Amino acid sequence: MTASRIRIVSVLPGLLGTYGDGGNVLVLERRLAWRGVDVEVVTTTVDDPLPVGGDLYVLGGGEDEAQVLALKLLRGAGLATVLERGTPVLAVCAGLQLLGSTLVVGDGTVVPGLDVLDLSTGRLERRAVGEVIARPGLGLPQLTGFANHGGATVLGPAAQPFARVLSGPGNAGHADPDEGVLQGSVVGTYLHGPVLARNPALADLLLTRAHGGPLPDLPVGPPEALHAARLADR
Amino acid sequence: MEQVLDHVVFAFARLVGSASRLARRGAGLTLPGRIALLLSPSALRRLSRSRRVILVSGTNGKTTTTRLLTAALGFLGPVVSNGSGSNLEAGLVSALLGTPASRAAVLEVDEVVLPRALASCRPVAVVLLNLSRDQLDRTSEVSFHVARWQAALGIYDGSVVANADDPLVVAAVRGGRPTERDVVWVAAGQTWWGDVPLCPACGASWSVPDGPWSCTGCGSQRPEPAWSLVGDTLLSRSGESAKLALALPGRASAANAAMAAAAAHLQGVPVEAALERMRSVTDVEGRYLSSRQGEHDLRLVLAKNPAGWLEALTELVRGEDPVVIALNARSADGIDPSWLWDVPFERLRGRPVVVTGERAVDLSVRLFYAEVPHTVHPDLATCVAALPPGACSVVANYTAFVQARESLARGIA
Repeated sequence: MTASRIRIVSVLPGLLGTYGDGGNVLVLERRLAWRGVDVEVVTTTVDDPLPVGGDLYVLGGGEDEAQVLALKLLRGAGLATVLERGTPVLAVCAGLQLLGSTLVVGDGTVVPGLDVLDLSTGRLERRAVGEVIARPGLGLPQLTGFANHGGATVLGPAAQPFARVLSGPGNAGHADPDEGVLQGSVVGTYLHGPVLARNPALADLLLTRAHGGPLPDLPVGPPEALHAARLADR
Repeated sequence: MEQVLDHVVFAFARLVGSASRLARRGAGLTLPGRIALLLSPSALRRLSRSRRVILVSGTNGKTTTTRLLTAALGFLGPVVSNGSGSNLEAGLVSALLGTPASRAAVLEVDEVVLPRALASCRPVAVVLLNLSRDQLDRTSEVSFHVARWQAALGIYDGSVVANADDPLVVAAVRGGRPTERDVVWVAAGQTWWGDVPLCPACGASWSVPDGPWSCTGCGSQRPEPAWSLVGDTLLSRSGESAKLALALPGRASAANAAMAAAAAHLQGVPVEAALERMRSVTDVEGRYLSSRQGEHDLRLVLAKNPAGWLEALTELVRGEDPVVIALNARSADGIDPSWLWDVPFERLRGRPVVVTGERAVDLSVRLFYAEVPHTVHPDLATCVAALPPGACSVVANYTAFVQARESLARGIA
C-alpha cells in the first residue's frame, strides 16, 4: 500500500544538526515534491513529544551536551514503537550512537543509549576525520561522505554493517572496515556531506520504503555529478 | 646574555625573511616567525615583553577588527599589527620582529592559538568577538573552544573586551573570570544562533531571543553592556551616542567597529577620535573591495562559514544584483563543505547566480535543492562574462577569496 501523504519527521535538528545534517531532510522533501508526491516535514523541538505516526524519521549529528539532552528527550518517547512498525529511520553520527546500548560523552562518562540497535560506542584516541568511500548493501551504488567523529562504534550480532569501507575511516576508526549499521528498518551511518546530498540513490531507497512502493525516476542532475566527482577523487 | 642572543636570533630571522621575499617565495610573510620560533621557542613571549599588546580573537571578524583597532590606536602613536591575517604563532612573531618594543601591537589570533598567545604575550587587553562552527574537520566543535578559552582566561589578568550578545563568549569569560573584573561588555549583536541550542552555563534548552538573551533554567542573562551597537549608532552606558558611518559596509563591519571602539577607548582613545580613524579604512585585505572589470562592477565579499554567510546574505538580499559564489575546500577552508547546508541559500531565489571554485559541484547541489537556478563555470572570469553588464557581488570562502582577489588585481576582463 502506498501512502498518499508522506510525513518526514526531522528529530530534534536544533540539537542534532552540527554537521549540516539538516540537509538530509531537505533532500528527502524535495525529491518527493519533485515527483508530485504530497510531503510534510514535521520538525521536532525540545518542547514537542515525538510524533509516532511518521513515515520516515531522520536523526543527525551533534555535540555531546546536545546529544545527551536529545537522549533524555527521546528516552521512552516512542521510537521503539516506530521501529516495531518497521518505519524507516536514517540515523547519522550522534543520531546513530544514541540508538545503541551505551555511548561515551564529555569527559568519558558512559551513558546508556536508547538500546534499539545492537551496538555500543566507546571513545577513539584520535577523532576519525576524512572523506570515505564505501560499498554498501541494499543494492546501492558506492557511498561517499565525510566522517568526523570521536566515537568508536562496535556492532553486536543482531546488527550488520551498512557498508564496507574502501577508503577513509570506519565505525571504530581507520582500521575498521565497517561503516554504519543496518538493523530492522534503521539505516545508520557516520557519513556527513550530508549523506543524502552526496548519495541520491540512498535518499530514493529510503523514500521508496516510506512511500511503500516504487517512485518515478528523477532526471539526472547535480547530485549525480557530485556523486561521480567524489568517487573519481579516490 | 639572553638578550644578546635574542638580538642575533631575531636579526637572522628577519634577514632570511627579507631574502625570501626578495626571492619572491610566498611564505616570506611568516618565514621569519617560523625561523625565530625554531631557534627560540619562547620568541613570542620575549618579543611581547615590555610591549603593549592587544589580542583580537573569535571565529569571524578578526582581520577587520584588528585593522579598525590598529587605525584607532594610531591616535596614540605608531602601532604594529599582523594585518595580513597570518594569525598563528609564527604570524604573530613575524609581525613583532624588527619593530621597536615601544610600539603598541594589535594582533589577531586564531581561536585555537588564543590560549597559548594569552600566556605568551600577556596582553593589556584581549578582544573576544564571537564563536561559531567553522572548519569542524580541523579545529573542533564549538564547546571545545569555550572550554579552552575559559581555562586560558582563568589565568590571565589583563582587560577583556567581549561581545555580550554571544552566549558562548560570555560563558568563556564568566567561566574564566567569575568576578567580571576588568571586563568591558559590548552588545555587538549576534545573527547566527545555530551553535547555542543550549544554555552554555547550565545546559538547559532555550529559544532564540528577539532581545537580550537569558536562560530560564539558571537565570544567567546577557551582561549589562558598557557599549551597545544599535543600528549604526554606538551607545555608551552613560548615554553618549556616536554615529559609526564607516566606509566598510554591512552589519558585521559595524559590530567589529563597536568592539574596536570599546577596546580603543579602554586604551585612552576618545570614541569620536577612534571612529574618525576607523572611517578611513576602506579595504581590509580585499574584503568589500570594489573592482571595475570591463563592463562589470564587482564587489568582493568573504564568507567562510554559516555565521559569515548569514551576515553576507543579509547584506545581499537588499539588492537585486547577480551573485557569483566561489567555493574551495582546502585545509585553510575546512575540507568538508557540509556546512553549506546550514546556510539559507534559498534567499538568493530570483537572482542570477553563477558558481565556481574547486568545490563548485557541492555548491551546485546545495543550490539545486534550494531551487536557486544557477550555472557552473571554470573560473571567475567566465562567471562574470556570463552575467549582464553592471554590478555584481562575488562571495567566496577563504582560499577562493584569496584567488579571486588575485585575479581581480591581475584583471579578468
